[in-house]
Amino acid sequence: MSTEQDKILEEVTKGEYKYGFYTDIEMDTLPKGLSEDVVREISKRKGEPEFMTEFRLEAYRNWLKMKTPEWAHLNIPEIDFQDIIYYAAPKSKPKLDSMDDVDPELKATFDKLGIPLEEQKQLAGVAVDAVMDSVSVKTTFKETLAEKGIIFCSISEAIREYPDLVKQYLGSVVPPNDNYFAALNSAVFSDGSFVYIPKGVRSPVELSTYFRINAMNTGQFERTLIVAEDDSYVSYLEGCTAPQRDENQLHAAIVEIVAMERAEVKYSTVQNWYPGDKNGKGGIYNFVTKRGLCKGDYSKISWTQVETGSAITWKYPSCVMMGDHSTGEFYSVALTNNHQQADTGTKMIHLGKNTKSLVVSKGISAGKSQNSYRGLVKVSKRAENARNFSQCDSLLLGDKCGAHTFPYLEINNNTAKVEHEATTSKIGEDQIFYCNQRGIDTEDAVGLIVNGYVKEVINKLPMEFAVEAQKLLEISLEGSVG
Amino acid sequence: MENLIKNIIGKDISLVELFEENRSKIEEQSFSVLNDQREEAFDAFQELGIPSNKVESYKYTNLQPLFTGDFTFSLKPETLTENVEDIFSCDVDTLDSITIYMVNGWYYTRNNPGDLPQGVRIGSLARLAEEDPDFLARYYGSRAPHLSDGVVALNTMFAQDGFFVHVPEGVVVEKPIQIVNILMSEDALMTTQRNLVVMEDNSEARIMVCDHTLTTNKFVMNSVTEGFVGKEARLDFYNLQNQHNATTQVAGLYFEQHERSHLATNNLTLHAGVARNNIELKLAGEHAEGHAYGLYLLDKNQHVDNFSYIDHAVPECFSDELFKGVLDDHSTGSFTGKIMVRPDAQKTNAYQSNNNLLLTNDAKMNTRPQLEIYADDVKCSHGATVGQLDEDAMFYLRTRGINKEESTILLMYAFAYEVIEKIKVEPLREQIRALVEKRFRGELDKCHSCVVCGQKGTDLSCL
Amino acid sequence: MLSIKNLHAKIENKEILRGIDLKVKPGEVHAIMGPNGSGKSTLASVLAGNEMFEVNEGSVEFNGKDILEMAPEDRAREGLFLSFQYPVEIPGVSMVNFLRTSLNELRKYKGEDPLSASEFLKLMREKKNLVEIDSDLTNRSVNEGFSGGEKKKNEIFQMAMLEPKLSILDETDSGLDIDALRVVANGVNKLKRPDNATVLITHYQRLLEYIVPDFVHVLYHGRIVKTGGKELAHELEANGYDWIKKEFGDK
Repeated sequence: MSTEQDKILEEVTKGEYKYGFYTDIEMDTLPKGLSEDVVREISKRKGEPEFMTEFRLEAYRNWLKMKTPEWAHLNIPEIDFQDIIYYAAPKSKPKLDSMDDVDPELKATFDKLGIPLEEQKQLAGVAVDAVMDSVSVKTTFKETLAEKGIIFCSISEAIREYPDLVKQYLGSVVPPNDNYFAALNSAVFSDGSFVYIPKGVRSPVELSTYFRINAMNTGQFERTLIVAEDDSYVSYLEGCTAPQRDENQLHAAIVEIVAMERAEVKYSTVQNWYPGDKNGKGGIYNFVTKRGLCKGDYSKISWTQVETGSAITWKYPSCVMMGDHSTGEFYSVALTNNHQQADTGTKMIHLGKNTKSLVVSKGISAGKSQNSYRGLVKVSKRAENARNFSQCDSLLLGDKCGAHTFPYLEINNNTAKVEHEATTSKIGEDQIFYCNQRGIDTEDAVGLIVNGYVKEVINKLPMEFAVEAQKLLEISLEGSVG
Repeated sequence: MENLIKNIIGKDISLVELFEENRSKIEEQSFSVLNDQREEAFDAFQELGIPSNKVESYKYTNLQPLFTGDFTFSLKPETLTENVEDIFSCDVDTLDSITIYMVNGWYYTRNNPGDLPQGVRIGSLARLAEEDPDFLARYYGSRAPHLSDGVVALNTMFAQDGFFVHVPEGVVVEKPIQIVNILMSEDALMTTQRNLVVMEDNSEARIMVCDHTLTTNKFVMNSVTEGFVGKEARLDFYNLQNQHNATTQVAGLYFEQHERSHLATNNLTLHAGVARNNIELKLAGEHAEGHAYGLYLLDKNQHVDNFSYIDHAVPECFSDELFKGVLDDHSTGSFTGKIMVRPDAQKTNAYQSNNNLLLTNDAKMNTRPQLEIYADDVKCSHGATVGQLDEDAMFYLRTRGINKEESTILLMYAFAYEVIEKIKVEPLREQIRALVEKRFRGELDKCHSCVVCGQKGTDLSCL
Repeated sequence: MLSIKNLHAKIENKEILRGIDLKVKPGEVHAIMGPNGSGKSTLASVLAGNEMFEVNEGSVEFNGKDILEMAPEDRAREGLFLSFQYPVEIPGVSMVNFLRTSLNELRKYKGEDPLSASEFLKLMREKKNLVEIDSDLTNRSVNEGFSGGEKKKNEIFQMAMLEPKLSILDETDSGLDIDALRVVANGVNKLKRPDNATVLITHYQRLLEYIVPDFVHVLYHGRIVKTGGKELAHELEANGYDWIKKEFGDK
């Protein structure tokens, strides 16, 4: 590679995190550390019923017996779980009727991020449940949704208002002892969203939540539960941006989705947690368990993710296809730069008959980052006529980064058709030259080519999210590609 | 981890105890090059033990139960009263080859490789350790991972004999070199075999290793082959596995290739109880070309696990892998293909493909094609499929009057052909072609009886 | 020879053939024409025994035998040949091995001895000349890497080798240049005998300039809506299918 290109690469890769600022809001916090008492206290402060306290305690006791997973292609520094604050909530829980009541500083933060929480968003037809460090601050469109019988609220509220639904489904897809981080989340989860779509209802708007990590040294333990009854449809958007900070922060979320007969759930994520600076200092540790259960026949769950942030990402949005004719999909763009590490992918578990799954993963590695795709396709013995196609591509930008692919295909039924393809490549100098010759400079050319490379996935995002995702990729690659 | 070998020398004993007890005897029988690494290997083995499925690289083959049970252990050379040629005849009769025999891992004493080209040496590893220890020391233990793989550690602890092939600089061995591994014993037997292949610069050879069992008892064969392919040298290495269903074989091939060398390995598993093939190619010289091929045809309760690791350590190398399998009855298969591209190994081209046909709903296949890439100017791809025969092709054949069974055989054969055609030794290719076809016609595989594998039948033809 | 009565067939609950009646006698050439999606190729597939389609009503007799319950290979052995619209590529199966197996299966069914290798090669040479197929095509795997025209010529070559009683040519003319079309048509004409019959399935009239049909049928919405002589083909060529659609539109 020419030195000219190296220079451009260097420039592109040292783009600083644009969303590095934090909001100064008074916090109500518990002291650092984790114990049974802390778990009880969290449950108490949130005014939870007895079954929730028990749920948390059991998870905590499981967690104590478990170990940090080591199989991922990640270098995870030791985490001191006693040095983390497990509960932080804005002091006065605002009950807001209009936008005017929202804390102006919080509003300003969202505005700086370009999140149109206000009318623009409503005009765009998006109900926003903004989660600011663990506690839901504001929910819009609630009434409109309520008319259709759709419940969209914070999980804390759901625990109080709809305990039966929560009791029935919480932990039914991701059991509290599923893995180390899931157990931790189940014990201490702070807040998150709850969505319930009744039979035959199609959500008229795309439901969206923005998560932010804000308070200093606060672990964020989001918990999301989506239940879609027979013949229902919902598209859910989750977006994350976190302000800049020096200390590493732990994020261990759980998302559970249940889709009943003929129900369809689309879950889209744009994740841009603080990745650390260009020397690898700071950044979020993102250990997420996301799983959808296609419980009913002909149900469908589709995950789309654009991952550009976090110092460490450990995340495998999965689909368990239990219902006959059910479908699971996973579309992913994972971009790592500087010292970021990502180990992400999916699990497609075929249990029912005539189930289908599709995996499209596009990895982009730049700087000194390590980017791994890890995926499992499992066809159980009874899953007649299962179909899977996986395409996992990696693009390398620079010669100090790594791109890895670790697919596992476990096939126990002879009527299955499973195909996996993977390629690794770099942007061809001939491609760049071609663009240069047409008057496009190298940085733009790289942007163009990368955009083309991820298009298949970006196209799966809802329109406005797609635009945002594209912007994020550009920012993350800004000074970030060669 | 304790692996109890029962009834060895009449008592229950673990492999660790067995080694401790016989160590001085083994060391007395062997020479220093081999003895020098036993201690290290023994330490490693005490740590590692026999790999279970908890070890990531053995995830789909738990060797522990297979290395446990009633076994005798082959600790000293076999003395055969009869001539090997009298009890065994090779199927590839048209093959004009340099042939040597190995019995239970030991070099058969009455071997006569015949006239060899200038400077070419083919013989016993034990003798090499005695007669040319400096030569052996240059290579021995430098490729096989005896500190990180429990089976290789075990092999290194007990290693006493095996074959070696040495082709000096610039020499071309025209005739294929055939090495016939024979397992025969009255009792269940665990064997150790340690081989070495050294191809010096610009040399050329083709080596075929054929594995056979002559008696119906259980066997565990632990074989490790280290190979070195010098600058611009060419080597084709075939391993034909045709053993009975009560055999467990762990066959490790650990090769290092130098500049512009060309190596092709081909693991043809037509028959085995459990076969685990470790195929590691380290591309250590620029413009080296490594090919790893494999074909496995499984039925009954057979299990084959091909684990390949292609290490692109330097720039400008090429590698290509193709493994295909047909799985019938309750058989299970596993494939792992790991391609590593080291930092700075620019201009690497690496391709890999694994395709499988499942013929019954009780057959299982696990496949893990993996890429680990630390350089950017590379072209790598891998693909894996598990499925059935193409329905359109089947219909097409049937509209031409070919019945379903025959069409199935034709298409299975066509599926396997892609690997068979990679065989460069024509008589071997023809023989494999015939064997594969027979196999698909059910003339070879369904042993009508296997007492050994526990399935119904009336004779021992499959053995 | 062939007698189709009220044939209905569907795929994934969608009915494609909705009552076909057709009789073909030895020595005849029938052309089945119709707009895209009218069910032409489905009819060919159903007659050859493709299991993707489900026959839910009607009967098909061939040589006086009910063939609907027969496996595809038995239909072929009875003398029914389908020239595929899209012949499948079968890598690894050589043309020679494939054809020899096929031919000997047919012979076995008729109680004849299998051909020896040399007899077979001789026959293959003869037929190759007849249909003007390039000799190197037979050295390759079945249809692998063949161009569109080569695949179609290969179908006709197989037809020559197998000497069927009834040949169904499914869109054999599509995608052929004029030279290839002539080769294919000449092959078909040369193979025509008083005791065999041909059904040409085609969208265009072009092929019918080379192979003159005795009957032309128009298939529309899964039914034969019109039957005539070769002049019907000219009429369709001149006026298109719109008038058919108008006259027989959705009912």
